Amino acid sequence: MNSRPLQTAQPALLEVRDLKVTFNVGRTGLLPWASPRLLRAVDGVSFSVNAGETLGIVGESGCGKSSLARALVGLNPIAGGEAVFRGRSLGNLSKQQWQDVRADIQMIFQDPLSSLDPRMTIGDIIAEPLQVQRPGMGRREVSAEVERVMLRVGLLSNVINRYPHEFSGGQCQRVGIARALIVKPKLIICDEPVSALDVSIQAQVINLLMDLQYSEGLALVFIAHDLAVVKHIADKVVVMYLGRTMEAAPTNVLFDSPMHPYTSALLSAVPLPDPELERNKAVQILEGDIPSPVNPPSGCVFRTRCPKADDACAASLPMLSAIAELHNVACLKAHT
Amino acid sequence: MSAPGIAPTAGQPIQSPPHPLREFWGYFSSNHGAVAGLVIIVLVLLMAIFADLIAPHAPFETNTLVALTPPFWQDGGSTTYLLGTDAIGRDILSRLIYGSRLSLSIGVVVVTLSVITGVVLGLLAGYFRGVLEIAIMRVMDIMLTIPSLLLAIVIVAILGPGLINAMIAVALVVLPHYVRITRATVIAEMSKDYVTAAVVSGAGRIRIMFSEVLPNCTPLLIVQASLGISAAILDAAALGFLGLGAQPPSPEWGTMLADSREFVLRAWWVVTFPGLMILITVLAFNLLGDGLRDALDPKLKR
Repeated sequence: MNSRPLQTAQPALLEVRDLKVTFNVGRTGLLPWASPRLLRAVDGVSFSVNAGETLGIVGESGCGKSSLARALVGLNPIAGGEAVFRGRSLGNLSKQQWQDVRADIQMIFQDPLSSLDPRMTIGDIIAEPLQVQRPGMGRREVSAEVERVMLRVGLLSNVINRYPHEFSGGQCQRVGIARALIVKPKLIICDEPVSALDVSIQAQVINLLMDLQYSEGLALVFIAHDLAVVKHIADKVVVMYLGRTMEAAPTNVLFDSPMHPYTSALLSAVPLPDPELERNKAVQILEGDIPSPVNPPSGCVFRTRCPKADDACAASLPMLSAIAELHNVACLKAHT
Repeated sequence: MSAPGIAPTAGQPIQSPPHPLREFWGYFSSNHGAVAGLVIIVLVLLMAIFADLIAPHAPFETNTLVALTPPFWQDGGSTTYLLGTDAIGRDILSRLIYGSRLSLSIGVVVVTLSVITGVVLGLLAGYFRGVLEIAIMRVMDIMLTIPSLLLAIVIVAILGPGLINAMIAVALVVLPHYVRITRATVIAEMSKDYVTAAVVSGAGRIRIMFSEVLPNCTPLLIVQASLGISAAILDAAALGFLGLGAQPPSPEWGTMLADSREFVLRAWWVVTFPGLMILITVLAFNLLGDGLRDALDPKLKR
């Protein structure tokens, strides 16, 4: 696959080329020497993220967004392709080399409460990455640093000795953000950071992330299934389906002129704030469920649910190709 | 700061952390049953420590002239022997007081042995999974299929009767419970995001196992251990009753029961008082265990 990254002007902070993540899910037969069955969670995804930029990754449940995120922080092994972070390939790092990278790539999780150790105080949770990565640091320095990031994410320092269960979801997510920030990373992977929060709290957390990104020059990989959220925060967007990239474009281009039928369907499902418009808009509902990634359909993986699909879609796999500058689509019908 | 929105609990003074012990006591003391359990355990403990001072007679001193004297409030009883005497004229009260030494140390030693071994095995099985887990857990399953007292009898039969061997046997018999509890909670905790977060922060195996996962398993382990002390006292008493634990004339409560079982119909006090001591001590440890769990679980804190 020779899909083109979105930008090639300067060396990107994170450059992902044809990345694959696979899981072994049992065997094809009962015999122990039968070939293993592979679940292709991520099957050839490419993108790049520059410093200070936000990349949104969208797709419905089970499309491989989280597997991709976990591969980027070394929780899932990379089965193929490359992820280059600041000139360093993440594919085959030793444990020691990962430790060096960890200070630069941090992660924010979906469930704010379960991502915090219930037996640690807020202060201990936020301090943990610092204690692990800089064991020589003095107690006073660590607690000064903890108070600095707590203030930065809008937590008062008088809650430092409280436990996570005493906080609301939004506050817990702030703690999670503070924990990611304390080692001054260059890149934060946000794995659906707001989908477990109330809508009003979502806005606060997203504005906080944007604010931090602006002031600290952070790059974000922002995974979500809510397109409205992605539109607000992302500079460019990758649309994934069944482990593959369907469409990749700068945010405004993607939202104004979606070329892939899957993207159009996702966009039509976004509720509009005006009830009049919302009632009269045509929603394009996709039939059926996402196919199994163990046994994907032939040709274009989206063809089983695509309104435009015909025999040609079943015969050949569409490559991600440029339809305009920076706008890549993997669809045979997009050019017609 | 520029972060918009809610300022959590603004206006409150900075809370200085309450001393952990003080905080613990605050929660613990609100549970009256647990305090009662603690008081009884402290009393038994004091009784064990100061046995030499409290006991009116030596535990092995026999006097056949006063054999099977009833307690002082019954006809024929005397205040010299407050709780009466056994078949060879030993003072039951003194023997019960000295026996608390044996029973408490049995409980503590057995539970310490099995908790330490069980937690390490369970952590290894739950953290590494795979072949190691299968090996450990199948051995534990085999141990669980044998009735516990029978297994203890077999182990004592191999090692030879005696108090130390009985403690080792009981520790081995209760080991599978700790391994299983630890493994199950470790697996449940490992799947939570906070462990993933610790991995992403770069925490090593040892740190994740012992400072992230293990503390979250402690409430269950503490309850199991405090219940385990009572189970150990009971099991050791049962072994003593069968003549495989502490050997006569040592005043272990189970052995005392065994020695006097032929007098049950004639002299009720020789079996009732050792039995009551076992009952009260075991109940106290169970109450304490419940209170500890409530006090140590941060989710129940207000």
